[in-house]
Amino acid sequence: MSEEMHHPNYVKIWGILLVLLAISIAGPFIGIRVVTLITAFGIAIVKAYLVAKNFMHLNVQPRFVILLLGTSLAFLLLFFAGASPDVMKDEGSGWTKPSFSYIEQERLVEEGDEHGGHH
Amino acid sequence: MDRPIATTRTAAGLPTGRLAIWWVIVSEIFIFGGLLASYIMHRLAKDAWAGHAEHTNLYAGSFNTLVLLTSSLSAVLAHKAAEENNGPKAAKLLGLTMLGGVIFVTVKAFEWSAEISHGYTVLTNTFWSFYYTAAGLHACHVIAGVVIMGIIASAARKGQELQRVELIGIYWHFVDIIWIFLFPLLYIAR
Repeated sequence: MSEEMHHPNYVKIWGILLVLLAISIAGPFIGIRVVTLITAFGIAIVKAYLVAKNFMHLNVQPRFVILLLGTSLAFLLLFFAGASPDVMKDEGSGWTKPSFSYIEQERLVEEGDEHGGHH
Repeated sequence: MDRPIATTRTAAGLPTGRLAIWWVIVSEIFIFGGLLASYIMHRLAKDAWAGHAEHTNLYAGSFNTLVLLTSSLSAVLAHKAAEENNGPKAAKLLGLTMLGGVIFVTVKAFEWSAEISHGYTVLTNTFWSFYYTAAGLHACHVIAGVVIMGIIASAARKGQELQRVELIGIYWHFVDIIWIFLFPLLYIAR
C-alpha cells in the first residue's frame, strides 16, 4: 500500500464540479458566443485542476511528477507553436499554400469577370 | 509477508507502480494532446466548424460528462477504502466506477448511431473525422479502463494488491480530464 495521504471532502469537490458543469452547459442556451467560449474553456481548466489536485492527488506527489507533467505540457505547447502557423495561415513570408493559391486565383478570376462585366 | 515490488522499490522518490502510471499518463498527454492541439488549430482557422459542431448532441455530451465526473468520485473513494485496507468496499466502489464507464460507452453508442443515421460519418468532412477519432480514442480508453478495473476489483475483493486501486484511479481521472476538454471542444464551441 502507498503511504497514507490526506483525503479532502471528495463529495464536496464532486458537487463543485457538477455546479461548474451546469454553468458550462448553460452557455450555449444564453447564446452569447464569446461568453460561452470563455466560460466553457475557463471552466474546463478549473475542472481539470480540481480533478488533478484532489482526485489524482497531484498536490502531494513528489516534484519529479510535476516536472514530468510540466515538461510534457511544454513540449505540447512547442508543437502547437510550431505547427499552428502552417494550419492556421494561408500564406507567409516566402510561402503560399497551394490550395490557398488556387482559391485565390479563382477569386481573382471571378472578380475580374465581375469587373469586366461592368464595363 | 513479502510486499510487491510496485510498492517497495522506489525510484525518483515514489513507488515504482505509481511512477509507471505517471509515465503512462505522460505518453497519453502526447497522444491526446497532439490530437486536441490539431483540432484547436483547425477549429480556430475554420469558422465553418462552428456550424458542424451544432449537429453534435449537447444533451448526450452533458450527461456523459456527469457520468464520468461521478465515476471519478467513486474511483477516488475506492482509493480511500483501499488505504483503509477495506478491500471489499474498494471493490464495490470500483464496480460503481465500471458501471459509469459502461453507461458512458452505451450513451456514446446511441449518440453515434443517431449521428451516422443522419449522414454524419467519419468521412463527411474534417470536423467529423476529428470528432469520431477523438471521441473514439477516448471511448477505447474508457473500455480499457473498465476491463483493467474489473481485474483489479476482483483481486481487491479478496484483499489482494490493494495498491493497484490507486493506480487505476489515477488513470481513470486522467481519462476524465481528457473528456473535460473534449466536451467544450466538440459540444459547446458552436
